[in-house]
Formats: sequence, structure tokens, C-alpha cells
Amino acid sequence: MTEKKELSPEVKEYLRKEFSQEWRKKLRKSLSVKERMKISRQKMPEREPEERNKDFNEVNLGLNEKLAKREARRCLDCANPQCVLGCPVGIDIPTFIKLIEIGDFLQSVKKMKETNSRPAICGRVCPQEIQCEDVCTMKKATGVPVAIGNLERFVSDCERINGEVFIPQIPPSTGYKVAVIGAGPAGLTVAGELARKGHKVTIFEALHVAGGVLIYGIPEFRLPKDILQSEVEYLKKLGAELKINFIVGLTATIEDLKNDGYDVFFVGTGAGLPNWMRIPGENLVGVYSANEYLTRVNLMKAYAFPEYDTPVYLGRRAAVIGGGNVAMDSVRIAQRLGAEQATIVYRRSRVEMPARTEEVKHAEEEGIEFHFLTAPIRYIGDEKGQVKAMECIRMELGEPDSSGRRRPIPIEGSEFTMEVDLVVVAIGQSPNPLIPKTTPQLKVGKWGNVEVDWDTMATNMEGVYAGGDIIRGGATVILAMGDARIAAAEIDKYLNNKKVRRKKK
Amino acid sequence: MATILKRERLVPNIHLLQVHAPEISRKCKPGQFVIIMPDERGERIPLTIADWDREKGSITTVVLVVGTSTHKLSLLKEGDEVPVFVGPLGKPSEIEKYGTVVCAGGCFGIGALYPIARALKKAGNRIITLLDVKANYLMYWEERLREVSDKFFVSARDSYYNCKDFMPYVLQDIIKEEKRVDRVISIGCTYLMSACSEATRPHGVKTLVSLNPIMVDGTGMCGACRVTVGGKTKFACVDGPEFDGHLVDWEELFARRKSYFEDEIQSLCYWEKINFP
Repeated sequence: MTEKKELSPEVKEYLRKEFSQEWRKKLRKSLSVKERMKISRQKMPEREPEERNKDFNEVNLGLNEKLAKREARRCLDCANPQCVLGCPVGIDIPTFIKLIEIGDFLQSVKKMKETNSRPAICGRVCPQEIQCEDVCTMKKATGVPVAIGNLERFVSDCERINGEVFIPQIPPSTGYKVAVIGAGPAGLTVAGELARKGHKVTIFEALHVAGGVLIYGIPEFRLPKDILQSEVEYLKKLGAELKINFIVGLTATIEDLKNDGYDVFFVGTGAGLPNWMRIPGENLVGVYSANEYLTRVNLMKAYAFPEYDTPVYLGRRAAVIGGGNVAMDSVRIAQRLGAEQATIVYRRSRVEMPARTEEVKHAEEEGIEFHFLTAPIRYIGDEKGQVKAMECIRMELGEPDSSGRRRPIPIEGSEFTMEVDLVVVAIGQSPNPLIPKTTPQLKVGKWGNVEVDWDTMATNMEGVYAGGDIIRGGATVILAMGDARIAAAEIDKYLNNKKVRRKKK
Repeated sequence: MATILKRERLVPNIHLLQVHAPEISRKCKPGQFVIIMPDERGERIPLTIADWDREKGSITTVVLVVGTSTHKLSLLKEGDEVPVFVGPLGKPSEIEKYGTVVCAGGCFGIGALYPIARALKKAGNRIITLLDVKANYLMYWEERLREVSDKFFVSARDSYYNCKDFMPYVLQDIIKEEKRVDRVISIGCTYLMSACSEATRPHGVKTLVSLNPIMVDGTGMCGACRVTVGGKTKFACVDGPEFDGHLVDWEELFARRKSYFEDEIQSLCYWEKINFP
């Protein structure tokens, strides 16, 4: 996996130009570095834990204008901004933050949208603590980075609430047909980029709503669904077409679509295959894959049963196995649905948890119990075939494994039983096997991931590109968007430079 | 959105639903299914494809009314639209020349069996059809199935069809009567399929069943439809829906199908109160 080590010369030049503008120089002089460092990080207003852990409304309330401007002042406007390098899509962070400082919020969103077309989503779900905020100069100087994510969310909400969504001018149609397979973070991004260039984009989505993991995976209290609705409307205004209830691979294969006149393909079908532990009792009633649990609650709105017809098992004592964002989402949902006890069972310790720091903090505040260094070995059912208990074993950490994290080793003789009536297995997701299965020429790796050239996102098949979880396994929204931007640029090049012979019908 | 072309009651509690779906009718094969969602608040449920018209662009399914979702489907009219009608899903039936094949089905399984029996007949097999109905007025598509069958039997609980016996017993008699049965396809409620599989086990006849676990997405993404076949966990929506009946863990399937028993009752009462005050 190639990660950016250095900003390209063009980007460096662009940043330098922005940095040297008169208004930036004036702004830097208006407050000294010492003064800026004295300002403490503005706290994101949150709902009270005991109130918010009973419903699905958003936890974070968002910064207001005063807090946002004050936070923006903390940014030192570095001559060599590391934050831009830390961002997987290379947002011009200093400029958008300095525009907030002077109060020009709409211009700030415009600047943001030059590189990141969905800031309302990223500001909420990006793991900023390991990306931009990790390399922030303020963090090095004072230990506390600028709240870049909260500021991103602030400006994008401004735009959305004011209704002034900026639509760029679309050039005349190029006549090329692009098939984007999957309306998740990667697919929506590719669609937006290519529609803006005048290509005729059709997005094919298997489910009945667009969004992918944004709609079925991430719950309402982290990402309100009406934000997604605005994103899809925006894409339609750019001229992209969305075909829902269309499963590429079954309803039509890539080969069929080629015969229908599509010139180029982007595969963004994600990592929707649930991983199982393959331990006894995993098929008992009440043991769910995280995918099923989340799909029932988030997509089919089972939290509103019986107004919505899809049910979900309401456990009294819920255990979620895993330590990532999906596990955090699942356990917080279980609690909101009325579990008296909602527990995380994770085989490593808190330090190794891959979940976003803010999610773990929110979960702890809401009363979620954490059982670290523990793993289930089997589930025990009652006479009706429903889970009633879980036998676990304690772990200790040994030498690091291939992921760089210390390997969990079971401690013999430490078995114990936990009473549970709902289990959600959230130990990771693997790439969706449908496109690889139905496109035999496509080169696929050992774990089912589509193989690409990481500089161009091109697969081994001509005219077929891929990005997001389908090439990485379960990862993040922002990484999917980073892949999508590279793929979109390459697809545009491919369509403009290469002579594509189109079949005459 | 998919448009309803026709919805008519075939027999009490069993309805025919014909939907305009040219992309699906272009590609579908016998044994495959679709996922349908009756309205914006509905569930996603699987329905086996019972027939199709590739020119007209239509898909026909047979629906047994049980709970809220199927009640909603039974009230659809021509011109109505459903938010989800997606497919074709699942692995198609294995259609080859095997010799003598017994197609054994009951209630909604009668409709589901039809395209499979038709294709097997076309492939040169000798088709013995055995349909199970609780009473004579619950029989439908008899003519259609007779047309693709070399022999036709009915097991019923009244004397109209001259056969007052439960299907597995009739199936055993057929196997004993025929010099040789190469394959059995059984489609119907879980109990019928498991009983038929047990009936054929001592005779060593390969028996395929079309399993009916609860589903949500239908594309292999969630695992709701997981079944144990031959000791291994399979997803009925992508590895099936047809499996070897002698290898299925029936007890587990029965238990998993009852996962939401109380919720289903609650949902139906809630819906009826609102719609039929």
C-alpha cells in the first residue's frame, strides 16, 4: 500500500501561493503564535450520556460560530503544513481553517469541496486522531491538536443548513458512459468527480438506497441519514444517474454492461462479507453478524419496530465481540434498544483497539462495559436453540503479529461463562465476493480483495478500476474516498487520451 | 420502484403476483428467487420465481399469506409500485438429464416447482409430479404441472383426489413402485421438505430441497440465512437456495425460522389494528 510520503511539487507550490496571500499574512500577524498556543481546544458540545443513550439522535451537537472561530485561531498556519500530508485526500486544511477565522464560512466549504466532496460525512466519521490531527504542529507544541474534524463538520453543516449548496458548472457531455458499481463512499466520490467532467455516469446499487456502509453500517446517532440524502441529490444535480435494486454480477454482469455500451467501470462494492469465528453455537438464534444487526437497525429501521416491519432481537444482556468502529456502533445500538447490560468483549487491550477514540469515549460515558483480553470459545443455547450463555477465555499479550499489534494468547484454565442473550460478532469484514465470482478474468488476492496498481487504481482488466474496501478489506470512508479520487483522475485520463472504440448498436 | 402488473388470488391465502422487471426476466433461471419489499416500511423478503416472460419483461411469483409482509403483498393492485424488487438471486437449479425425477411440492412450493419441472422435462427427464394439498380447493396450477409431467399424483387430506395420505408416505410408495428414481426435488414448507428428505434417505435417492430461511439483504452480506449443510455453514442466498436434503441440519433451520415468532405476531396485530380498525 503506497502512502504519501511527500507532498507533490504542484501541491507544495499551490500551498505556498495560498500561504503568501495578503489576507493570510495579515491574519497571521493579527495574533502571535504564543497567544494562539494559549487558547485551549474548544470542547465539542455533546448531549448528556444518560439522555442520549436511549435514543438515536446525534450525540455531537456541533460547534457554534463563536467556538469555531476561536478554535480556528489555534491553527498556526504553518509554512510547511503536515496536516495536508496526513489527510488521505489532501484537503487544503490551513486555507479552510483560516477562512473560518475571518468568518467566510461559505468560501471555506468551497475550498474544502475542491478536494473532499463530502465534508459533512468525513467531519463526523474520519479518524482524525490518526490522520491530520496526529501530525498537527499544535499537537507537537502543546500536546493538543487543532480540532480539524470539528471545524470541517461546522462549515459543511453551515452550507447544508443555509441551503446554499454550491453546484459547479458542468462542461458539455463527453459522450462516454461510466458504470460505477456500488453507491458507497468510493462509488459516490468517483461518480461526483466524473460527472463534474461531463461524463455520463450511472451508479448501480444493489440495495434500495444509496450510501453503502454510510446508510447500513453507521448509525443515525453518528451520521444522520438526511445528510446522505443531500449528498445523493447533489450528485443527481451534477447529472449522475442512480439505478437502485440493481446487482451487478447477478442482474447483469460487467460483460453484459460492456455490451450495453459502457466504456469504463469502477468497482466499489465494499467489504460486505461478514467474518465469523467458526466456534460452536455460532448459528444459535440471537447470534448475529454485525452486518445483519446493523442492516436491520440502520437500513431497515428496526429500532422503530413495529412501525417499521423488520424486527431485531432485543437482548437484555448483550455482548459484542470485537474492538473496531463496527463493534462500538453495535454495542451502543444494543444499549439504546434497551439492553440492561451491553458489553464489549475484545481479545486485546484498550490500547490496541482500532476504533475511533471519540467513539470509545462516548461508549464509556454511555455506560458500556468493556471486557478486555477476553475472547469467546463457544456459545451455549437453550432447548429452543436460542443463545443463553457464552463461554470465554482470558488472554494475555505476546509478541507482535503481522499487523504490528501484540498477539493475544489464551491463558489455559481461565475459562469462565457469561450470561448473554444477544451476541453480535463484529470481528471484521472481508471484500464482497460477488464481482470477483462473476468476473473470472479479474485478478483477486488471497483475501478476496481485488488487486490494483496503487498509483492508478487500475485492475488487470482494461477499463476496469477499483477502490475502497473491495481492495483493502474493511477500512475507512476517507481511505475509500482517497482511492476514488485517484481512480476518477485516471479514468478521466483513460477516456480522454485513449481512443475508445464504441460498438455501434 | 417496480410496477405490479397483476395480483390475483389463486386459492385461499395463496396469491399470484406478477411484476414488471425486464432486467430480471432477461436473466433469470429456474430455481432462482427475488427479494421484494412491499412498501417503504416493509421487510425485505425472498420469493421464488415461479414463471417469467422474457419478451413482456415480467416475473411471476406465488405468495403464501402468513404475516404482515405477505398480507401487504396480497393487497397490492395492478399499477401499484414496490420499492424493492431485485434479482435474480441464488444459484439456479441443476438442470441435466438424470432419468426419472420426482418433483414433490406443497402450498407455495407448487408454484416454485413449476419452472424447475418444466426445465427438467425439456432436458429429457421423465417427470413424476407429486403435489400436497390439505384440501381439494387449495390446489392451483394443476393443468400447468400436468402438462410437464409424465405421471401426476396428489396427496391430500380429503378424499377428492383419491389419496388420503401425507406426502412422504406417498413419496415412499412412488419410489418403491418405480423401478428407479434418479432424483427428487422437494419444495414447500420446512416440515414437508425435511419429511420428504427422511422418506428418501433409506432408498439412497439424491434429494434436493429449496431452503427457506429468513433473509434480509439476499446477496450474501449479512448471514441471516445461514444454514448448516454437511456440517459446514452456508448462506442460502448465495450458496443455495437448493441443497442436499440429506445433509441439512433441519433442527437448526426450524429454530432459526422461529427467531422472530413473537415479533411477527406483534407486527401483524399492530398492522391489522391500523388498517382494519
